[in-house]
Amino acid sequence: MTVMTYRDALGAALREEMQRDDRVFLMGEEVGVYQGAYKVSKGLLQEFGEMRVVDTPIAELGFSGVGVGAAMVGLRPVIEFMTWNFALLALDQVVNSAAKMLYMSGGQFPMPIVFRGPNGAALQLSAQHSQAWESWLAHIPGLKVVTPSTPYDAKGLLKSAIRDDNPVVVLEGEMLYNTKGEVPDEDYLVPIGVADLKREGEHCSIITNGKMTLIALQAAEQLAKDGINCDVVDLRTVRPIDVAAITTSVKKTNRAVVLEEGWEICGIGAQVVDYIQRDCFDWLDAPVIRVHQADAPMPYAKNLERIAKPDAAKTVAAVRKVLYLD
Amino acid sequence: MARTETKPRPRTKPAAPRESDETGREYLRTMLLQRRFEERCAEAYALGKVGGFCHLYIGQEAVSTGIMSVLRDDDYVITTYRDHGQALARGVPARGVMAELFGRVDGCAHGKGGSMHIFDRNVNFLGGHGIVGGHIPLATGVAFAIKYRGGDQVIACSLGEAAVNIGGFHEALNIAQLWKLPAIYIIENNRYGMGTAVERAAAGANLYDRAAAYSMACAHVDGQDVYAVRAAMQEAVERGRTESLPTLLEIRTYRYMGHSMSDAASGTYRSKAELEQDLKRDPIELHKRILLERKQITEAEIAALDEEMKKVVQDAWDFADQSPEPPPAALFEDILVDSHT
Repeated sequence: MTVMTYRDALGAALREEMQRDDRVFLMGEEVGVYQGAYKVSKGLLQEFGEMRVVDTPIAELGFSGVGVGAAMVGLRPVIEFMTWNFALLALDQVVNSAAKMLYMSGGQFPMPIVFRGPNGAALQLSAQHSQAWESWLAHIPGLKVVTPSTPYDAKGLLKSAIRDDNPVVVLEGEMLYNTKGEVPDEDYLVPIGVADLKREGEHCSIITNGKMTLIALQAAEQLAKDGINCDVVDLRTVRPIDVAAITTSVKKTNRAVVLEEGWEICGIGAQVVDYIQRDCFDWLDAPVIRVHQADAPMPYAKNLERIAKPDAAKTVAAVRKVLYLD
Repeated sequence: MARTETKPRPRTKPAAPRESDETGREYLRTMLLQRRFEERCAEAYALGKVGGFCHLYIGQEAVSTGIMSVLRDDDYVITTYRDHGQALARGVPARGVMAELFGRVDGCAHGKGGSMHIFDRNVNFLGGHGIVGGHIPLATGVAFAIKYRGGDQVIACSLGEAAVNIGGFHEALNIAQLWKLPAIYIIENNRYGMGTAVERAAAGANLYDRAAAYSMACAHVDGQDVYAVRAAMQEAVERGRTESLPTLLEIRTYRYMGHSMSDAASGTYRSKAELEQDLKRDPIELHKRILLERKQITEAEIAALDEEMKKVVQDAWDFADQSPEPPPAALFEDILVDSHT
C-alpha cells in the first residue's frame, strides 16, 4: 500500500492503462503541455507523446465528438472535461451519440469511451461552476456513471471504466483531488455497479455517493459520540445502482437518510428512496429523509454558500430526526 | 458502386483518365437503385409499413454515387438522417435497409434504428445520425483514429447545408485542419433546411467559403453531375491519403421530395415552378443522356437496367415484409456490451 492523493491515484490509473493498451489515449483541454488543469495528467505527455495526450481547443462538443468517432472505429478514448459544468456543451455527444450508438446500430458499434472530470461545488465558484450532475447522467440508458470518493476507489473505478466496452462517465470530486488514502501497489480494479459499506452501524443507514461520502463519515463520527451508529453506504456507481447494498443496509437498520450533493427534484436520492419504499416498506420504522443542496443556484457569498450546501450538521440532524431524537 | 444481393460491389480501382463504358453504367445502376428504392419507400410509408421520420434522397443520387465511386472498401462513410441513398451507394444491402425501414429483425440495425439510423459495419458505414451537425465531430474523430494508427484511409462525411450554421461543424473543421486529419466534409446543399431556404439561414453567398476560416482546402461542384462530384472527390481523397489533410466540398443539388414524408414537395416554402425547373436537371436523366451521347449504353440497356433495379427493390420489399418483428426481449438488448478488455 502507498498513501497517495486522489489526484495521483487517477493519474496512476491513466498511466497504467495507457501502458497496458496502446488504443487508450487522453484528450481534453490543458491535459498535455499544461499538465492538466488539476494536474491529474501530470507527466503523461512526456511519457506518451502528443498523439496520446492530446491538447484540444476549447470546444467541448467538438472534442467529445472526436472521442466518439475514434471509439466507433476501435480506439479507447478518455475525454477529460475541465469541469462537468463545461460538459453541458457536449451533452449531445454524451447522450445522443455515445449512449445510443450501440443500441441504434443494432449492436454493431460498441462505444468504449470514458468521459471524466471534476463535478460538484468547490469553494465560492458561484452558480455556473458549482453543480453536481449525477442525476442528469444517471438518467440515460446506455451510460454507466461512477462517482469515486476515495483514492482507492478513484484508481480502481477509473481503470474499470477504461477497460469497459461501454461509455462510462467518471464524476470526480473537485474538492477531493487533494485528499489522501491508501492505494495498493499491485494492479486492481473496483467493479462498476458495486457499492461499498464505508462504515458499519446498526441504528441508521446513510446512503450517499461521491464527495458526500466524506460528509456522511463526518456525520457518522459525530453521531457515534452520542452512541448512534450508522451504516455509511457509498454507492460508488449511480448507474447502475447497487440496489441490494441499499436494501441490505436498510433492512438491518430500519431507518435511512439519503445524502447527495445535487438538488432535490429528480435527484439520485429520489431514486434511492424509491428503491427503499419498494423493497423495504415493511422494514421501515420512520420516513426516509433526504439531505441535498438547497433548491437554488449556488450563491457566491461564503455564508450563503454554506447554507446552500449539504453538510455534516444537516446530515446529523436528519439522522436524529429519523431516530425520533429531536 | 452498388452492392445488391444480385451483384457484389467491385473493389474500387484507381480512376481511369477516361471513364469506361462499364463504369458509366455502374453509376447509372447505383443511381437507379436509389431512386427505385426510395419510390417504394414512399409507397411503403403511405401503406403504414414504414413509420416515424423518413427523409428521401430523391434528386441527390449523383452525390452519393460520385462520393462512393472514389472510396476504397477500407475507407469510412458517415452521414445524416437522409441516409438511404448513401447507404445503398456504399453497398449496404437493399434487403437490410428496407427491413430496417419496416422495423423488422433482419434490418441492418435489427429494427432498432429505423430510417434515420442505417448502420453497416461490413462496409464501414458509420451511420445515419439524427441530430443536425452532431455527426460532424464524429467524422473528425474517425479521421483522428486513422492518423493515430498511421493508415491512409479517409472518411467521407455528408451533411446538409443547414448544418454549416451549427457550432459542431466549426469545432469539427477547426480540429481537423489544426491536427491535419484525412476527413472530407461534404455539404450536400439541396437549398432547404427543412423549409428554410439557405439564404434565409446562412450569411454569405458561398457555403464553401467557410473553409477559409480554417485555411482548409475547398471546392464547389454541380451535384447533379456524377462525373463532377467524382472529380472533386478524387482531389479531396488524394489530399486526405497523401497529405493527411481535410477538404470541405460544397455540392449543389436539389431534393425533389419534401423534407420528410410529412410535407409536400412544394407549395409552402418553395414554388412548384422552382421544383419543375430543377426537375429538368434530374441527375439520372442527365447521366443517361451523357451515356447515350457517348454511345456507352443503349435505350434498351437502360430499360433492362431499370427493370433489374426494380426487381432488386421488390426483392428487398418482399424480404422486409416477411422478416419478423423484433422479439420483445430485444427491447433490452444492445443497451450495453457485456464485456470489457
